[in-house]
Amino acid sequence: MMERFSNPVLSKELKLRFRAFKSFSGLMFYLATLSLFVIGFLLIYTRFSGTSFFRPSDSFTMFAVLSVIQMALVMFITPGLTAGAISTEREKQTLNILLTTTQSSTQIIVGKLLSSVAFLVLMLVAGLPLYSLVFLFGGVSPSQLITIFLFYLVTLVAIGSIGIMFSTITKRTIVSMIATYGAMIFLAGITAFLFFIGFSMEQMFMNQGTASANATPFSPISYFWATINPGVLMVTILYPDMATSLASVVGISIPVWVGYLIFYLFITAFCLFIAIRKLRANMKTNR
Amino acid sequence: MMVDIQGLTKKYGSFTALDNLTLSLDEGVVFGFVGANGAGKSTTFSILSTLLSPTAGDAFINGKSVVREPKEVRKQIGYMPDFFGVYDQLKADEYLDFYGASYGISAADRQVLIPQLLELVNLTHKRYEYVDLLSRGMKQRLCLARSLIHDPKVLILDEPASGLDPRARVEMRDILKHLKSMGKTILISSHILPELAEMCDEIGVIDNGKLIAHGNVAQIQEQLQGDKRIIVKVLNEIDTARAFFEEDPLVSSIEVTNENNEIAFNYRGKIDDQINLLRRALLADIPIYSLREEEKDLEDVFMAITKGADEE
Repeated sequence: MMERFSNPVLSKELKLRFRAFKSFSGLMFYLATLSLFVIGFLLIYTRFSGTSFFRPSDSFTMFAVLSVIQMALVMFITPGLTAGAISTEREKQTLNILLTTTQSSTQIIVGKLLSSVAFLVLMLVAGLPLYSLVFLFGGVSPSQLITIFLFYLVTLVAIGSIGIMFSTITKRTIVSMIATYGAMIFLAGITAFLFFIGFSMEQMFMNQGTASANATPFSPISYFWATINPGVLMVTILYPDMATSLASVVGISIPVWVGYLIFYLFITAFCLFIAIRKLRANMKTNR
Repeated sequence: MMVDIQGLTKKYGSFTALDNLTLSLDEGVVFGFVGANGAGKSTTFSILSTLLSPTAGDAFINGKSVVREPKEVRKQIGYMPDFFGVYDQLKADEYLDFYGASYGISAADRQVLIPQLLELVNLTHKRYEYVDLLSRGMKQRLCLARSLIHDPKVLILDEPASGLDPRARVEMRDILKHLKSMGKTILISSHILPELAEMCDEIGVIDNGKLIAHGNVAQIQEQLQGDKRIIVKVLNEIDTARAFFEEDPLVSSIEVTNENNEIAFNYRGKIDDQINLLRRALLADIPIYSLREEEKDLEDVFMAITKGADEE
């Protein structure tokens, strides 16, 4: 029964990943960065500020900044893990042999994605003891932590899928890496810029008097840019008041996380679909 | 029929890599596919291995179409490409285990199969070694074992002996002979014709995407070598002898070497005509003391037929 659901590519990738020194050095670097931050934060808030206590609000600040750092690390590492998934096989001349086995394209692509996701989840779980310090001082509810981790999961699966797609459609890993980091910069940075541009133009439009002073604002495009930006969603998870403010500014009350989830699930499905279709690009039937 | 190729054509823009290739092979046949680099061997093998779609035509492996039923075809074939990589961090048995799982073989069966395959390719002693540490020849043999893990009916081996030292070549040849005795249908490509001649039942010669000859080794030689070159040695009267041979309409390109009393010429006739020519020469009192056909080995034949391709 287990054999039916086993994915040979996933098993092989996990084996190879956990045998490689760079996996452990990467994990060590990740935890070291988080530890440095936590220790530094505690030192600044206790010893250097001259106080010997730690307020729950300080604890929440630590949680917020820790979450942002972790998100940045995840977004930095995910393309590196996934953007070479297929192109490396092609460069190492192992792909053709793999494609002549009876594994379907879906099995191969999903196996590659899951192995990367598994490693990233391990990184997140490995960072949990550091997070637990936050609970020591209070100020953060477990549901907030779970929400943040679900947010990480959705984001890393989506970025991973983008990486796998570029890895499948480009011949070289370096090109795939550049394309994936480019897509990530667009989603995390340029969307924020576009949100502010759209929002400013909206304000300008209103100030020119073409709209009545008490008209309800309605900016679907600005809302769209905000809703697909990981930073915006993280802020609204950490500070729910920000979600209310955003809704009043853009005139759309649908929670940001709903739009975010729909968009990133669509991106994941779309990228995986393209990767599966293009894996056996030289064959008419993609089976 | 185990392999049936029907009008296979592959074009890349205006370049035709494979031109209407038609070929049939029975079960258990060892077929050698010969041609210069870029002649179309690897393209043919890529199509048969379901890695490439043909522009036109189709090929059937044990009745399954490579175009319409690629997954079924993959169950029937074991493919070894000319250039391949290995997963450095896997051990030899893990390498085979991964591919066994990829073909849907159960873990229990894999545990039985892997030692048998390693024994077949003489790698039992390397079972727990990292693949990266194996020599080129050992990697080739491991890849061959990998291609056999799902017990395919057809083996497609693209230049299996390329880059191997003489000893490794001999080892590879012995393994292929063993596989032949197991009744596998084997397709091997090479640009070294004599290498294939030794172990192949049938040979196909491909040039510029076209199959220009197909048959057993003797037939291939006959089809490709064209006019025979006959060398006659006479005791004396070389000019008389030359005049005699020049009169024969089947003789051309006569060359005379006076120092050796040797006359060499191309002869278009069949063996009966050749006997008749010799008889007539003796009746005409030409003092022939030696007549022999210049031997052309397969290498010469191959060089002759691929010369045009290289010059283009």
